[in-house]
Amino acid sequence: MADAAPAGPKQVVYCGVCSLPPEYCEFGGTVKKCEEWLKEHHPEMHSKYYSAEAIEQNMSALSVDAQKRAEKDAQKKAAKAATAEARAQEQRATSKVVIKRIERNKRKYVTAVQGLEHFGLDIKKCAKDFGKKFATGSSVTKIPGGGDEITVQGDLSDDILDFILATYKSVPEDNVDCIEDKKKKAAG
Amino acid sequence: MFKKDLTSSSKSKVKSSAQRAIRARILETYPLLEPHIDTILPKKDQLELVKLPDRVSLYTLNNVPLFFQHMDDAILPHLTLVHKYPDCFTRLRIDRGAIRFVLSGATLMAPGLTSPGGRLPGDEQDGEGRYGREELEAGEVVVIEAEGKENACFVGVLKMGTAEMKKVKKGQACEAGHYLGDGLWGLQFG
Ligand SMILES: [Zn+2]
Repeated sequence: MADAAPAGPKQVVYCGVCSLPPEYCEFGGTVKKCEEWLKEHHPEMHSKYYSAEAIEQNMSALSVDAQKRAEKDAQKKAAKAATAEARAQEQRATSKVVIKRIERNKRKYVTAVQGLEHFGLDIKKCAKDFGKKFATGSSVTKIPGGGDEITVQGDLSDDILDFILATYKSVPEDNVDCIEDKKKKAAG
Repeated sequence: MFKKDLTSSSKSKVKSSAQRAIRARILETYPLLEPHIDTILPKKDQLELVKLPDRVSLYTLNNVPLFFQHMDDAILPHLTLVHKYPDCFTRLRIDRGAIRFVLSGATLMAPGLTSPGGRLPGDEQDGEGRYGREELEAGEVVVIEAEGKENACFVGVLKMGTAEMKKVKKGQACEAGHYLGDGLWGLQFG
């Protein structure tokens, strides 16, 4: 049994969608996506696991009753995965980026940007981008109630809006609000 | 064991004396890993400990999970390690119908192993002896493969000896363990 030279570790491919070895993708809720991924990245494995023959063989190993149950189970899993996806999408759709112009002193402004993190962006990186683009101070600060915002020195609301839409394609235009945070007006 | 999702907690370095003890323990439990141990766990490399809920310790090396252990129970291999060295572990096989139960975290039941698609030690249809010839006792660590699949899907500790399983053909076969897609599998490092 014992070989003289130890064989190196076996290289196993893992699915880029569900992370399991592709032969187990059929048990997850994302089979369709898994199949597409495998076809694109490992066509030879794809033809092995998704051939009509392979599928038939898988099925024949189960009794009709078990097949039905497995199918129902698969449907349930797929539905679950779909709702999770829908929820994530909805969150993305309802999340807002807020660009706020804040008056610091008379005629001195800072611009605060909130909510970029909902669109898969790294706030710190964005802050750096703003600083570079507008050659101005740009920093990340915590906001009361949790979360971070980017504070940019200067009245740049419109420029930042344009820059965000041009640079971060994941942010839809309708999800960006520009507001003005005026100092409390003097009585009257 | 890891039905819930886990979040990565902080890592700490394992002291070199402890690292030596772990290495010895691994070799004691899995003697067939001997030729590979310097690849898996090079003597000079720093083993790290990640504490998981319910007193489970996970040992990682350069952010690659290797082994985990509940308190002072048997030290178990992470499935990615099993996939790399499948021949170094004691293996059994479940039938196809049992796969989806195991992958959803259900307890592995004896019929999944005793049915025609399953394999226990000394199976007539297992000519090459992939699943061993000697009966196994309760308490032994087993890697579970699956009918029609190349890679293992579960690792755990036997709750019932294999001779007994063949006789009664029912009941729980394994303690809760680590399965493909569980919280341990999904844990992100680094
Ligand atoms: Zn997959």
